[in-house]
Amino acid sequence: MNKRLVEVQNLKEYFHAGGSPFKPKYIKAVDDVSLHIDRGETLGLVGESGCGKTTIGRTIIRLYEPTSGKIIYDGVDITKVNMFPYRRKMQIVFQDPYASLDPRMTVGDIVGEAIDIHKLAPTKRDRGDKIISLLERVGLNCEHANRYPHEFSGGQRQRIGIARALAVDPEFIVCDEPISALDVSIQAQVINMFESLQEEMGLTYLFIAHELSVVKHISNRIGVMYLGKIVELANNYELIFHCVHPYTKSLISAIPVADPIQSRKNKRIILDGDVPSPLNPPSGCRFRTRCRYATEICSQQEPELKEVSAGHFAACHNLDKVQ
Amino acid sequence: MSEILLDIKNIRLSFFTAAGEVKALNDVSIAMNRGDVLGIVGESGSGKSVTAYSIMGLTAHPGKLIAGSIEFNGEMINEMSEKEMRNLRGNEVSMVFQDPMTSLNPVYTVSNQICESIMLHTGKNKKDAQKRALELLDLVGINEPQKRMKQYPHELSGGMRQRVMIAIALACEPKLLIADEPTTALDVTIQAQILELMMELKEKIGMSIIMITHDLGIVANMCSKIAVMYAGKVVEYGSVDEIFYNPMHEYTKGLLNSIPKLYEKERTKLIAIEGTPVDLLNAPEGCPFAPRCDSCMKICLRKMPEYTAVKDDHYSACWLLQREEFAQGGKSNE
Repeated sequence: MNKRLVEVQNLKEYFHAGGSPFKPKYIKAVDDVSLHIDRGETLGLVGESGCGKTTIGRTIIRLYEPTSGKIIYDGVDITKVNMFPYRRKMQIVFQDPYASLDPRMTVGDIVGEAIDIHKLAPTKRDRGDKIISLLERVGLNCEHANRYPHEFSGGQRQRIGIARALAVDPEFIVCDEPISALDVSIQAQVINMFESLQEEMGLTYLFIAHELSVVKHISNRIGVMYLGKIVELANNYELIFHCVHPYTKSLISAIPVADPIQSRKNKRIILDGDVPSPLNPPSGCRFRTRCRYATEICSQQEPELKEVSAGHFAACHNLDKVQ
Repeated sequence: MSEILLDIKNIRLSFFTAAGEVKALNDVSIAMNRGDVLGIVGESGSGKSVTAYSIMGLTAHPGKLIAGSIEFNGEMINEMSEKEMRNLRGNEVSMVFQDPMTSLNPVYTVSNQICESIMLHTGKNKKDAQKRALELLDLVGINEPQKRMKQYPHELSGGMRQRVMIAIALACEPKLLIADEPTTALDVTIQAQILELMMELKEKIGMSIIMITHDLGIVANMCSKIAVMYAGKVVEYGSVDEIFYNPMHEYTKGLLNSIPKLYEKERTKLIAIEGTPVDLLNAPEGCPFAPRCDSCMKICLRKMPEYTAVKDDHYSACWLLQREEFAQGGKSNE
């Protein structure tokens, strides 16, 4: 058994975005990203919208075909293989629980579909039992199996989405912003459920969200993305308390803290401007247009992800100047 | 001039839908001083937006204000004619909505949309209005305002659109700005820009702000007073520090415990509020939070508690706070 469950090497995912046939334009959603996720751990990915975090999640389970790069699952290169056997091991929970459940299928069928496809239940009775045990595991009950998605609230729908992902007994789940569509008091319920499922079933998560406080709570390590690149990657506490990259620093300081005294003490670093378009990213370091430490080298050379301390990586030319 | 800018008293508002009466606001009272930033927090469906809409008189059919009064700047809003209301909207009270893409008109230029409100309320001609619009764009921190004036909303980014919305809202220097989840659709770094801008403008223009949000972080940063709403009721009201460091209502406590803390050095399990929000179509008798409350008593299911003043300017509606009075026999225990 490999310690590294998922490994991604130099992954690139470009989307075609018009232009002439001779000079096509590409959106570089993910540009040369390498990362790995150990068995049983949770890797969090944060970043602003359009930074490519969802694309990484979807490309890892090959919902998108990677433009180049390698995806290795449990020691096997799965970049080009038939994914059918791997769909049993890798699953995804989508962001919007309103759009990701088929309104014309009962909850039992939604959860049972994967069981049928992978022939996991020899008899009809087994199938029914399995569906009920899955629903109970996520805090729903057997009556719910015959109902349709519209009869449920957002939090309950997300539970159905999770039950569907668990149906095939996966090892690895990509959680793509699973709680952003939910109310605050419901978010905690779902986060707690993800945690207890991980303990019970030994799951490995890639947890994608834009809320850093949530990601910090659930993850072991966190990667911060900006315009298709990972700019900083570290253990969760290390990242919050000792971040080194200017983008991470401003991202953390921009988060409104739910603690009035603390928030009066905090000095906010307000970034100017918007995220540049991924169609035409800045040369060199992509963050340089909004970075106050930017120097000449930043526009000429792309910074590499370097290890600054054990397990803590950052991509910046001017790390010594950043305070 | 009195200190109190806005005084909402015991309003009840229902939506009469085909399925029945939805009691969106059930006896809501909020008072607000000049210069305050009031935060209204609550889950979706708790009535925070409807409260704001009722101040603007925007709760059209099938919504109906059944009881209560809204006093703004010494005038009764709920007794105003439609003509007087139109004069008030955009002039003295204005609003910034959640989604800047859907609240701007896609077929008009930025200039058109800002000038509309200026010309309507001040009677300026087009040329003067455009001059004023330019000033406003500059005020809200949009670079190259000349160029932006001629652009359409789709040509602007989300943060930029929200700045335009704020410029429109500020066109007549209102006394009160209602911001209905103004940053929910934006990224964190852009959110920080917009919040900073709103606080700056508040000082410059001297207006009051009502901030409607579900993000406790935003209220902790911006607001001086907080009203916590649940199922069409204000369950707790107080100053920021009181609400965060001395919460009295079980729902407020639950809410504060259920959010992950960014600056916590150890991993603690979140304490979730179990259950789901109530269905306002057939709201239960008694305290609406009772079915989800850990310290629910018999009386909670039968009767809605009155407000108990914890301190000046901090009150909460919970039977637990009145328990002492029960013990002393001050109130009859039904």
